[in-house]
Amino acid sequence: MTTKIFLQQLSNGISLGSLYGLVAIGYTMVYGILRLINFAHGDLLMVAAYTAIYGITLFSLPWYVSFPLAIIITGIIGILLDKCAYKPLRDAPRISLLISAIGASFLLENLALVIIGGVPKAFPRPEVFAKVIEIGGIRIQMLTIYTPIITLILLFGLLYIVFHTKVGKAMRAASVDFETTRLMGIDLDRIIAFTFLLGSSLAAAGGVMWAMKYPQVNPFMGVIPGLKAFIAAVLGGIGNIVGAVLGGFLLGLGEILLVAFMPEMAQYRDAFAFAILILVLLFRPTGIMGEPLVDKT
Amino acid sequence: MTKTRRNLILNCASLVVLFGILWLFQEYGTEYQIRILNNIAVFITLAVSYNLVNGICGQLHLGPNAFITIGAYTSALLTMSPTEKQMSFIIKPLIWPLSVIQVPFWISLIMAGTVATVFAFFISFPVFRVRGDYLAIVTLGFGEVVRVLCNALQSVTNGPLGLKGLKPYTNLWWSWSIAIFTIIVIQRLINSSWGRAMKAIRENEIAAQAMGVDPFKHLMMAFLISAFFSGVAGGLLAHLITTISPTLFTFFLTFNLLIIIVVGGLGSTTGAVIGATLFAWGGEALRVVESPMDIGPIHIPGIPGMRMVLFSVILMVVIIFARRGITGRNEFSWDWLLGKLSFGSR
Repeated sequence: MTTKIFLQQLSNGISLGSLYGLVAIGYTMVYGILRLINFAHGDLLMVAAYTAIYGITLFSLPWYVSFPLAIIITGIIGILLDKCAYKPLRDAPRISLLISAIGASFLLENLALVIIGGVPKAFPRPEVFAKVIEIGGIRIQMLTIYTPIITLILLFGLLYIVFHTKVGKAMRAASVDFETTRLMGIDLDRIIAFTFLLGSSLAAAGGVMWAMKYPQVNPFMGVIPGLKAFIAAVLGGIGNIVGAVLGGFLLGLGEILLVAFMPEMAQYRDAFAFAILILVLLFRPTGIMGEPLVDKT
Repeated sequence: MTKTRRNLILNCASLVVLFGILWLFQEYGTEYQIRILNNIAVFITLAVSYNLVNGICGQLHLGPNAFITIGAYTSALLTMSPTEKQMSFIIKPLIWPLSVIQVPFWISLIMAGTVATVFAFFISFPVFRVRGDYLAIVTLGFGEVVRVLCNALQSVTNGPLGLKGLKPYTNLWWSWSIAIFTIIVIQRLINSSWGRAMKAIRENEIAAQAMGVDPFKHLMMAFLISAFFSGVAGGLLAHLITTISPTLFTFFLTFNLLIIIVVGGLGSTTGAVIGATLFAWGGEALRVVESPMDIGPIHIPGIPGMRMVLFSVILMVVIIFARRGITGRNEFSWDWLLGKLSFGSR
């Protein structure tokens, strides 16, 4: 393999990895507070992608209006998801919460299937992102460069919210102990809703960029990226935001480089992530940066 | 007459009645009715064995579709004749021992269960190292891996093309005998000391450990038995549909089983049976919502996929508002039925 191809693949891996990372943040935040795998999180990618498409094609909005709008709408849908599917089950056994999450995920997918139909839609790519430039003989799409940059900007914004604002402090408190958090006069439901808003918006940003990278949008497009992002979150250490992004980068890079170095392994690509998951759980269940989580009752 | 004796007589009598009804359908029923009855039996087998891990042990296992796939492929590869296999495997020939073997249907079913159990044994080590959400995602991942392997290992599974032209061996006798056998075995297991230990793990694992129950051993036992029957049911399913491909056994199948046991009542074999019957029969009846309708002057065109929306809504409504499902954790018993009857007549 020449250096050129290697660098090309490297940039692909970094951009894919940053997408996984963006989605993984939402998983890790919700897991940190509710101890729940939000199965419907991946489907928010799909919701965001469709919203963005309809914003551009149906309402002929420019992309810089349509994309933020899609992110806001998806954030609101994230809050609704919490209110309808998870809030009534706060005191229920964990298995019920998980089943509800799976139900919500199937509901979103099949509602999209019924309303929009199963035919994949082409995603309109704005010229800014679709442009291809050449750096030292490697041809790179602008999107590939923007994706990690946007991810890092969002990551630092999020870290600021979590570690330097009052809401963030409340979120960190809620991830340790519900009862004590309540005793401190914090409205827990609002904090959880806020967590869902943040996580869903980040997933939406990831979804819009995912749709630009693979411009075929269908009702089930969020399933596989969602699962892989969750694995990325576990790899980085669940509950840890920086870990989620790191795990995303590692997983994305690993996948792309696996296929690059061993093209005959390409058909096993989707199994690779799960193999990593099993290895992590066997040998280091807390992930790379994670600390052991306390079980909440 | 003692209670045990009475129950035995009643059980035998109801079996005779059941098989009498099956015989009537076999003789006079339409093909469609027989098909639904077969589906009901296969889903009963699947749901009762799935319930053993999810309901009795309380571990959210999301990979039964993996064991169904393994069972279906094993049994299909064993019953196809060598010439058929040669004709089907056009991209890559089938690997050696499988390409010449052909065994009777019943041996292939046992092998289907056995191979599924062997896979379950190996996967159970990583699976039962973790609990809760992690267990769910690892088993879900195993299902994905099996699907990927089915697509990739073309010299064993024929890849995305799948296996076609299986003989429709599955009939009412096979499917219902196996369903009843599954119910009896699993029910006996649940009522043994093993079953009580499994329920103890479900209620509180640490307390169970303190009483000397080894969680790993018991969970693995439930997992292996569940995998065995899932594999057998997979073999039945393959010879019922007669064409199998990797797209047939996705997470979707697991989702259906989850609906069945949640609606029926997590932790109850009776619930699983009722759920499976409702699902297999109601699933057909619900096709109405996908066909065009005329309500007065309003014409509603057929909406494909509407059934799945309804199923998802049903699942969520049941889990949020009626977590106990139809039966809760109660089981059917003759005492209960006779008690109801005599109460009615009094």
